[in-house]
Amino acid sequence: MSSSAITIPGVQIEDKPWVDTLHEWVTTVDHKRLGVLYILYALLFLVVAGVEALIIRIQLMFPHNHFVSPQVFNRLFTMHGTTMVFFMGMPILFGFANYLVPLMIGARDMAFPRLNAFSFWLSALGGFLLYFSLVGANGLYGAGNAPDVGWWAYAPLTARAFSPGHSTDYWTLALLVSGLGSIGTAINIIATILCMRCPGMKLSRMPLLAWLNLVMSGMVLISVSPLTAAQIMLLIDRYLGGHFFDTQAGGSAILWMHFFWIFGHPEVYILIIPCFAFMSEIIPVFSRKPIFGYPVMVAATVCIGFVSMSVWAHHMFSVGMNSYANSFFTITTMAVGVPTGIKIFNWLGTMWGGRIQFKVPMLFSIGFLFQFLIAGLTGVMLGSAAFASQLTLSYFVVAHFHYTLVGGVVFGVFAAIYYWYPKITGRMLNEILGKWHFWLFVIGFHLTFDLMHVPGLLGMPRRIYTYEPGRGWGTLNLLISVGAFIQAIAILVFVANLIISYFKGAKAGNDPWDAWTLEWSVSSPPPVYNFASVPVVASRRPLWDLKHPEDPDSRYE
Amino acid sequence: MNAMTTPFRGTWSLPYRGKVAMAGLIIAESAIFTIFVVAYLFYVGKSLSGPTPREVLEVPVFYTICLLSSSLTIHFAVKSLERGKQSTFLSLWIVTIILGGLFLFGTGREWHRLIYEHGLTISTNLFGTTYYSMVGLHAFHVTAGLVMLCIVAAFGLANRVGADQSRRIDVLAMYWHFVDGVWVVVFTVVYILGR
Repeated sequence: MSSSAITIPGVQIEDKPWVDTLHEWVTTVDHKRLGVLYILYALLFLVVAGVEALIIRIQLMFPHNHFVSPQVFNRLFTMHGTTMVFFMGMPILFGFANYLVPLMIGARDMAFPRLNAFSFWLSALGGFLLYFSLVGANGLYGAGNAPDVGWWAYAPLTARAFSPGHSTDYWTLALLVSGLGSIGTAINIIATILCMRCPGMKLSRMPLLAWLNLVMSGMVLISVSPLTAAQIMLLIDRYLGGHFFDTQAGGSAILWMHFFWIFGHPEVYILIIPCFAFMSEIIPVFSRKPIFGYPVMVAATVCIGFVSMSVWAHHMFSVGMNSYANSFFTITTMAVGVPTGIKIFNWLGTMWGGRIQFKVPMLFSIGFLFQFLIAGLTGVMLGSAAFASQLTLSYFVVAHFHYTLVGGVVFGVFAAIYYWYPKITGRMLNEILGKWHFWLFVIGFHLTFDLMHVPGLLGMPRRIYTYEPGRGWGTLNLLISVGAFIQAIAILVFVANLIISYFKGAKAGNDPWDAWTLEWSVSSPPPVYNFASVPVVASRRPLWDLKHPEDPDSRYE
Repeated sequence: MNAMTTPFRGTWSLPYRGKVAMAGLIIAESAIFTIFVVAYLFYVGKSLSGPTPREVLEVPVFYTICLLSSSLTIHFAVKSLERGKQSTFLSLWIVTIILGGLFLFGTGREWHRLIYEHGLTISTNLFGTTYYSMVGLHAFHVTAGLVMLCIVAAFGLANRVGADQSRRIDVLAMYWHFVDGVWVVVFTVVYILGR
């Protein structure tokens, strides 16, 4: 093999003291280590925000429950949403992009390794700032509290009069700082993909994962920046006495909504497109077929990238826009469903007639396809202005976006972890524990989020800390909470699997799944320099060409 | 067997990563400025109290000419560096710094006049809030640019900037052109449309 690790015979490598190892990890500029740091950091916040969700569900289990106070409840849903989007979703997807993109395009590192480390530590600082509010929000001497303005922080709730103390400032600074980190990483990913490809790796031969991350990074540049700008405005309002969102002085609360959702809606595509990328790598390998409709997949992704920039105000149908704006945003929202539907058909087309292997990554991928389809269907329902004005701010909306973010993003991330864990650690994840994890999570997920649509339809508003008995929501809420706990047990199984397999898992070897992209040509875990000699590719599946010299793909391209 | 190690036949050239990254940064920065421009235009004429732009703003023609001509000098500075004319590069580069510095001085004078003569601060009214934040954001970018230009000038004076660095210097020039381009938009919005 061209690029296995170089070992020098007769040399014993001594164990380094742990301080040295720690120092190496903290000062690393290696894209693989930074990728792992991103992923671990995100998993930590997955657990933190998951516990917040569990407390929310305990509070809502029974009518008139007093597990937490209304004030704490507000802080919980704010922290849960902010953490999951900015400190779980974004970092874990950036982590995989960091780890995989250079390996897949045959590069030795990202284009700017130090910028890469800088961006990671900015994001890490953001998460630290957000949670530091728990102790520091009223100054170190006062009792702290957490931000309680909701993850979208509508004006005028964020004004000094309604958010005294510093909790909202910590929220703003956390998002500002992690946003700058995201922009840095996005620039890095774009420069890496455009400038660092190995010879022969034309854009038309790039793995879809690289393509989709390219589109995602472009979207980060265009849509995270408005959030940064809006946070600067909010800081000016809170610290310098500005009037951007101060209605008393002629400012507009609606303007904040626009600025937030110009970021907020493309953001959900920024989260889901890397998961589309995982699907596009995993489904072909476990169906033993090349991806169906590669150029169409690329075109559909670019199309989503453009159209999703013009749908933001469907989050604002109830604020009183005129009928032309409502119609425009309804139409664009319906339109963005078309390229997404094309993708679903492409993945089904890949599976069709394939010899499907139901390994754990494939199970999570099939779960993703099924659930993301349903999430898309409720999305089309809510995309209609008339329907949305009935159900906005109800649990139906909560069920819809958790269906996309848990049923879509989290399932996609689990598929990716099961698929690439052998590459990252050199050990296979346990298949039996993996199946337990999958089935428990599927059951818990559907119990929670299928049922959650119903109280929404019955009129249960979101963000209420409790409700009266006799409205017909009680049993449903109890079942929803039970589902949440089943999911929590599944996560425990998953964490146990991660730890046990790290020490006791079967050795993975270079290529445990018989896959086709370049990262599987190097040892597991890959050497620091990735490729001993820079590879040359002649088709979209370089490892297929290598394994089947009698019938290489390059003959047909 | 080993198709992946056979040398690549034909030419394989990819864009320079510095230029691509700067283009990415410019896209992100443009999005930030767009939001500030939208806020400025949205709030034109919505201030509940004075002073209004028409009463207090004077068009900074001289300083605008300074900044825009600095784009020309930096362009020719990079061109002469590519041809290896280091002394021409250095003198044009320092002219660029002086022109940029003059512009920043102009912004400072205008702010001084607005604050001390007209009592307009960032918290006076919506005009003050949007004006100072947008012009201030631009001035911040000019300042950041000047710091980087000065670092290059210091290296140049130490005779460490040669033709082999021209690719990197060109990336910095891209940023400077962007800052100038933003001023064209800010100028149009604040001094022409907004009055």
